[in-house]
Amino acid sequence: MIEIRDLHKYFGALHVLKGIDLDVQKGEVLSIIGASGSGKSTLLYCINGLEPIQQGKVAVDETNVHAKSTDINKLRQKLGMVFQQWNSFPHLTALENVALAPRIVKGKPRAEARDIAVKQLTHVGLGDKLDVYPSALSGGQQQRLAIARALAMEPEYMLFDEATSALDPELVGEVLDTMRLLAEEGMTMICVTHEMGFARDVSDRVAFFHQGVMEEIGPPEQIFGQAKSEHTRKFLANVR
Amino acid sequence: MEPTLTFFSGFGINDFWFLGEAAMRTMWISILSITLGTLFGVLFGWILYEGKLTAALTVAPVLDVFRSVPLIIQLVLFYNFAPIVGLNLDAFASGVAILTIYAAALVANVARGGIEAVDRSMRRASRSLGMTYWQDLRYVVLPIGGRAVFPAWVGVALGVMKDSALVSVLGYVELLKASQILITRTQEPFLILSIAGAFYFALSFPISRYAASLEKRWAQ
Amino acid sequence: MFDYNFHWRPVMKSLPDLIDAAFLTLQVAVLAMIIGIIIGLCLALIRLHLKGPLYWFASSWVEVARNTPALFQLFFFGFGLGAFGLHLSPYLIVLAGLSFNCAGYLAENFRGGFQAIPDTQMRASRTLGMTAWQAYTRVVIPQVFRIVYHPVTNQMVWAVLMSSLGMLVGFRELSGETQFFASRTFRIFEYFAVTAVIYYVIVKLILGAARLLAARLFRY
Repeated sequence: MIEIRDLHKYFGALHVLKGIDLDVQKGEVLSIIGASGSGKSTLLYCINGLEPIQQGKVAVDETNVHAKSTDINKLRQKLGMVFQQWNSFPHLTALENVALAPRIVKGKPRAEARDIAVKQLTHVGLGDKLDVYPSALSGGQQQRLAIARALAMEPEYMLFDEATSALDPELVGEVLDTMRLLAEEGMTMICVTHEMGFARDVSDRVAFFHQGVMEEIGPPEQIFGQAKSEHTRKFLANVR
Repeated sequence: MEPTLTFFSGFGINDFWFLGEAAMRTMWISILSITLGTLFGVLFGWILYEGKLTAALTVAPVLDVFRSVPLIIQLVLFYNFAPIVGLNLDAFASGVAILTIYAAALVANVARGGIEAVDRSMRRASRSLGMTYWQDLRYVVLPIGGRAVFPAWVGVALGVMKDSALVSVLGYVELLKASQILITRTQEPFLILSIAGAFYFALSFPISRYAASLEKRWAQ
Repeated sequence: MFDYNFHWRPVMKSLPDLIDAAFLTLQVAVLAMIIGIIIGLCLALIRLHLKGPLYWFASSWVEVARNTPALFQLFFFGFGLGAFGLHLSPYLIVLAGLSFNCAGYLAENFRGGFQAIPDTQMRASRTLGMTAWQAYTRVVIPQVFRIVYHPVTNQMVWAVLMSSLGMLVGFRELSGETQFFASRTFRIFEYFAVTAVIYYVIVKLILGAARLLAARLFRY
């Protein structure tokens, strides 16, 4: 379980997260929507420990993410993350991209890391691209490669930071399908997204962020049907 | 300077060997300085990148001095300064010391550029996989950044190779000094200089061409 | 901690002479840059637009200048031409050597600058009714100038640093003058230390001036 209590985050004088309280249960799929600059991506970085926080607490399975005594690299193995920019390692083949972290972070033998990589690449539908370099893959394929790379660490949670925003429109579908597949398999997921269709159809809950505050959270029917907040209704009216 | 040579005035086969040996010395002092200079330079480059303000106030200005004073002055200064502090260094050791620092000062900028060439988001991605800071540096930043600045590094390395000619000012008989000695004796300046020039050219030209072609290929 | 007694008095006494020599250094470096820019521009344009013997001549110039030591090039204008009965004064040796070297390096900078301007710029200007000459001088050249500005200032610094090689061909610019005084008084370290400072100041002045000028020149 991920527990967030009274989380505050500043970039210098800029107050980007203003007291977030949020629990994400095992097996849940949570979508976070909101305008850019509303702090939703920053929240993911704070959960992962990629950004320090100024006040409050984030705990993953009762481990405090920002405590000095926490082995953050160990904790991150539980938290797979996929970015807007897919950041595939250009000097490694698809297979090596996925096998690298299991090998050096988890210390798995080469052969085993390779098996894991083959399994995960097949999982995301790239089983025929094992020895291809990222430069020869489309954006959608590279993003699926990034998902496989994160899955290879056998994470218990997956964080998606606008995973489809940088893609050409015709490539969005294949990545969303892969995310949908993971959701069906029971993966716990937090997805920052602009894809309202995905948020409505796949999530258990949807959270709307507005200017560093979580305005509203609830099941998709509530958010998309009868949102309580004025801001939420305005935002949804504009994105459609 | 060359007691083994017989004193006939024409340019003979012995002289050719004499030049060859000197060329080997040029190679040796260059390879040694470039290797050491690259190791230190990468370290300094990393400090410049990570150290921010502290590095800007300490390492950066020191390295800057080595890039702003002629190498020949550095060599003479160091060679004459070493005995003052009780170091007994010969021309070769002094040459290696200064060429190493000089190379390190140039490589430091290249190395920092290499680290900067790797996107912040790329580094976040590797950290999000659970890699430690050092694993990220070793497995992600080094190969990606290294490739980005490899052509620039080749430029620096070849520059140091050519500049190693200046160690002759301390009396170290590398290729150019050997040529000078032979010219004085044989009075065949054109022939001897052509041989020396051809040696440098044959070493430098293919390597720089190769680096340029790599740069072009990688840019695609 | 040192057994060595530093004597700075003689250096201070000859400081005016050293400063005069520093101006000679600057003079030869500036002249070499002017000649280098003119020839370098010609070499670049030849390599971009011509084929045949002229192309090979320009390419050989550029490659020899870039792939052999500057000191070798100086020796060539010194002893090398001596073989043909052509004896240049030390001043001319340094000026010719530096100009040759700068022209080679600058030619590559210029070539890169021209290549960086897309053909569409030329085409766009022509569709507006400009003549080829107008398009070249009003649209292409100003953009190239901006691209090569930074490399050219760097080359200016190199020209100053390289002119120190004059010391090895008997030219009494800053380094040569320093050596002259140092060998007369045996205060080698002191003299060269002061000279190092002078070089450092010159380099910083050049870079500072270039930065000020750039701020005024490039407003876009």
